[in-house]
Amino acid sequence: MKPAAFTYHRARDVDGAVDLLTELGDDTKIIAGGQSLVPMMNFRLARPAHLVDVTALPGLSTISTDEEGLHIGPLTTHRAVETAPDSLIGHDHAVLREAMAWVGHLPIRTLGTVGGSLAHGDATAEWCLLAVLLDARVVVRGPGGAQRTIEAADLFLGFYMTTLAPDEIIVDVVFPKPAPHSALTEFAERAGDFAAVAAAVDLDLAVDGTVRGGRVALGGVAPVPVRVPEAEAVLQDGGTVGPELFAACAEAAEAAIDPPSDADGSSDYRRVLARTLIVRACEEAVAR
Amino acid sequence: MTSTDVAPEKGSWTGTAVRRKEDTRLLSGAGTFVDDITLPRMAHAQFVRATVASGRLLSIDLSEVRRVPGVIAAYTAADLDLNDITAVLDRPLEEFVPTAMPILARDRVRFAGEPVAIVIAEDAYAVEDGVEAAQVEYEALDAVPSEEVALSAGAPTVHDEVPGNTLLDVSMFATEGIDDVFASADCVVRVDTRSSRQNALPLETRGVVASWHARDENLLVQTCTQVPHTVRTAMARSLGLAENRVRVTVGDMGGGFGIKCVVGREEIAAAAAALRLGRPVKWIEDRKDALTASFLGREQHYDARAAFDSEGKILALDSDIVCDMGAYSCYPFTAGIEPLMASAEMPGVYKVPAYRVRARGITTNKAPTAPYRGVSRPQFVMTMERLFERAARELDMDPVEIRRRNVITRFPYTGVNAITYDPGSYLEALNLAEQLVKDEGWYELRESAAAQGRTIGIGYCCFNERSGYGSDAFAKRKMSVVPGYDLAEARMDTSGTVVVSTGTLSHGQSHETTMAQIAADRLGLSPDQVKIQQGDTERIAYGWGTFASRSITIGGSAVSRAADRLGEKLLHLGSHMLETTPDNVELYDGTVRRIDDPDQAVGYVDIADIAYLRPNLLPKATEPGLTGSGDFDTPGDGTFSNSTHAVVTELHPGTGKVEILRYLCVEDCGVAINPQVVDGQARGGIAQGIAGALYERITYDDQGEPSAASFIDYKVPTAAEIPDVAISHLETPSLLTESGAKGSGEGGTIGAPAAVVNSVNDALRHTGVEFDATPITPEQVQHALEAHS
Repeated sequence: MKPAAFTYHRARDVDGAVDLLTELGDDTKIIAGGQSLVPMMNFRLARPAHLVDVTALPGLSTISTDEEGLHIGPLTTHRAVETAPDSLIGHDHAVLREAMAWVGHLPIRTLGTVGGSLAHGDATAEWCLLAVLLDARVVVRGPGGAQRTIEAADLFLGFYMTTLAPDEIIVDVVFPKPAPHSALTEFAERAGDFAAVAAAVDLDLAVDGTVRGGRVALGGVAPVPVRVPEAEAVLQDGGTVGPELFAACAEAAEAAIDPPSDADGSSDYRRVLARTLIVRACEEAVAR
Repeated sequence: MTSTDVAPEKGSWTGTAVRRKEDTRLLSGAGTFVDDITLPRMAHAQFVRATVASGRLLSIDLSEVRRVPGVIAAYTAADLDLNDITAVLDRPLEEFVPTAMPILARDRVRFAGEPVAIVIAEDAYAVEDGVEAAQVEYEALDAVPSEEVALSAGAPTVHDEVPGNTLLDVSMFATEGIDDVFASADCVVRVDTRSSRQNALPLETRGVVASWHARDENLLVQTCTQVPHTVRTAMARSLGLAENRVRVTVGDMGGGFGIKCVVGREEIAAAAAALRLGRPVKWIEDRKDALTASFLGREQHYDARAAFDSEGKILALDSDIVCDMGAYSCYPFTAGIEPLMASAEMPGVYKVPAYRVRARGITTNKAPTAPYRGVSRPQFVMTMERLFERAARELDMDPVEIRRRNVITRFPYTGVNAITYDPGSYLEALNLAEQLVKDEGWYELRESAAAQGRTIGIGYCCFNERSGYGSDAFAKRKMSVVPGYDLAEARMDTSGTVVVSTGTLSHGQSHETTMAQIAADRLGLSPDQVKIQQGDTERIAYGWGTFASRSITIGGSAVSRAADRLGEKLLHLGSHMLETTPDNVELYDGTVRRIDDPDQAVGYVDIADIAYLRPNLLPKATEPGLTGSGDFDTPGDGTFSNSTHAVVTELHPGTGKVEILRYLCVEDCGVAINPQVVDGQARGGIAQGIAGALYERITYDDQGEPSAASFIDYKVPTAAEIPDVAISHLETPSLLTESGAKGSGEGGTIGAPAAVVNSVNDALRHTGVEFDATPITPEQVQHALEAHS
């Protein structure tokens, strides 16, 4: 469980990092917190010839809000989000802070980064699920300073595959809309495990206690985190907040998905988990 | 911080929660584990391992390996020419077939992960590059991945000399008329219980640093084993060396749990490479290999029946036991260790008048097994407890009441299994556990919960823990290598402090503290003045190490006796110096004082001064020096601790999660030398038992490929999954051991699986679903809840 040989490079700024990626070619991986990459290298499941360390890049670990929304720098650690004060992450985005409790264990949260998690593209990862749920925008920079924005819906292609080009670096993650009634929950056999299923909801609540729409996202039921339009349609139809509505939403999701079977659970069991977790997430979202 | 921060209770250190002497070093990161050892010119070893579970080795080409930068050497079995390890029993071939375990596979591989070649390199990275470069050709054979395949007609064989894949097959007891008892009984119940393959999972994986020392003319083997002298013997024989050319030492150790009380092959291969190269060689097992290719444990299957009368009294027990021992017999115990333990002890705490058992140890194409903490007892206790639960249901009796009517209450008791049990508190422990559950209101909660749609169950487990197996007990199992006795020596120096050596070996059990407490009480010292020496075959005369809860019982008794011999010398010299007779003096607080005039005393320092530095002042015919040695061997069938566990669980609909709401343990290990250490043993054991009940399993596909290569797949529970455990103590002193202590190393692990399983089944009582196999997974529970909601 020792990695194959690699050459370590430390980038000083974003353009320098992009230059390194261009110059060194396909056999190069960016490393930040290393919480997914290093174990894969230790098992020799990943064997990059070069690592470009981006942890020293300036200005990429800040949290701020402007008219575009909430910006989270890609080098921000999960722990920094978890412990961010209200002044940085307010009520409208509290779901981000609270979801961090589901990310691995404390040492992982202390080193792992938001951008790293999105770029890694694990189908059960909390950041991937949150990005898809909340229509996050991922800003990336490539060769020649070219910058583009990828909608979260377009970011994930399949198991650990994203639409990021090998010579692009995430420079910003934007959560454009407030999500005051939003929640994420998971089930795993052990605390800190990858979720068997993760569910997140973002409800549009009216002052009269009715639902005017919402978003439902699931992890662990497909190769990528998915939105469930059938469940969202139930929320779109409106209705009074309560067990019946949540159950209808959850059942619509259960019927719509076709999860994989593996050692962490059969397809049928994952459907049940999805139903259970969507109800739970709805209850938590309303309680917020 | 010193142990004397705590005052002795009851006027003695025995029974006092002395702070662990080990803690300062271990908690500050100053411990020395195998991987902390670095020697000049040390090289690193790893192994090329079989990629098929069963196959013929057609060719091994290491030429590319030797070209990898940093690689020093690579050897196959043919290169090293080591003697095989063969564990034997004194039993006829119809009962037991011995099989040889080569150090490196020669012409056949028998499990995925079996070592095929050893690679030595300058560092831990290059050695893995080297391993990758090996070219090995196999002719894959049909694998035997399960009991089902192993015992099927025409099954492929794991070892050519073992047709039917059965290494051990014994039928025992068969009380006359037992079939009639079953035929005429009011109630006959049957269970089919299974426990999954597990890894004992010591935090420190296996490892070794082997080096030749010209000045000492010996091979120094620094390793993490529970049995240094056994490793010395096996290693010397395999390497073809005299035993005085091999020194085995053990430093701090991150657990063993039984998988380190057998001899591993990788350590021997690394030592052979060190001799060949004239350089120290380190091998540290990585976690992937520890999970797939180490010694595993626990995979057993019971088909058991029990007959009861209408009052719930057990009349007969009939059991067919199959233990899946994997590819090789472990040394020194053999593949008989688990089936022989199970068949001898299955009746447990119950008065079983008629008994018949067949027990088999079978071989499969999976990593070999070793006696993991509890050794069959977690499984047969679960089987017994399931039988009682099922009988209680059939007879519409309370599950506690049916146990109450059957536990042994008069001691000594000689069972149908020809074992004599020393006094215990089986009934008292059961009653106290039930009382605690009642007092805490769990029965009311269980009833009211049902009305609220919650699903709560209460489960019990009654069991004993045989400990301090002496030579007689092992000989009865017809083991040809018979551990049992142990030796100790106590040496006082000129500062009046003492070094006590013991043949047992703490690998986390706190013996530096508890053995010091024992010796301190015998010598009128404080534990701080007693240093324990262990784990070095050149400093310790002989020892069987630590397993089967033998250390405090056997090793501790030897320490008591050695300390007493030293004490006698002190009394002899002290009385001489105080100009009185030996029967008029006693040991008190570092002095020998007159009984008739306690103010008249002479300090140990002054006695030692004469004993060592001024022997001219010694009484006539007295040898210089202050030493005492002692030995101990438990007579008869050993000494039995006992316990009742009670568990309250809640099952969560929608996920199937089993939440443990309350865990109560009533235990009786006789005299507890250090109650804090006893509690630690119980809690750690219970955690491992819960792991078996609800979380851990290694499965194999039909080609014998293991499922779990990392902690992602192998679901060892974390602190978050393990509940608080409330422990109550009873004390029935052992009449066999010097201190009155009984063993307490394994009880938690033994009781937890049955208690948890019974609790889950109780919660599911409205559904008719009963689980008899572990682990119980959330998906299974969810399925049970759904099918009956």
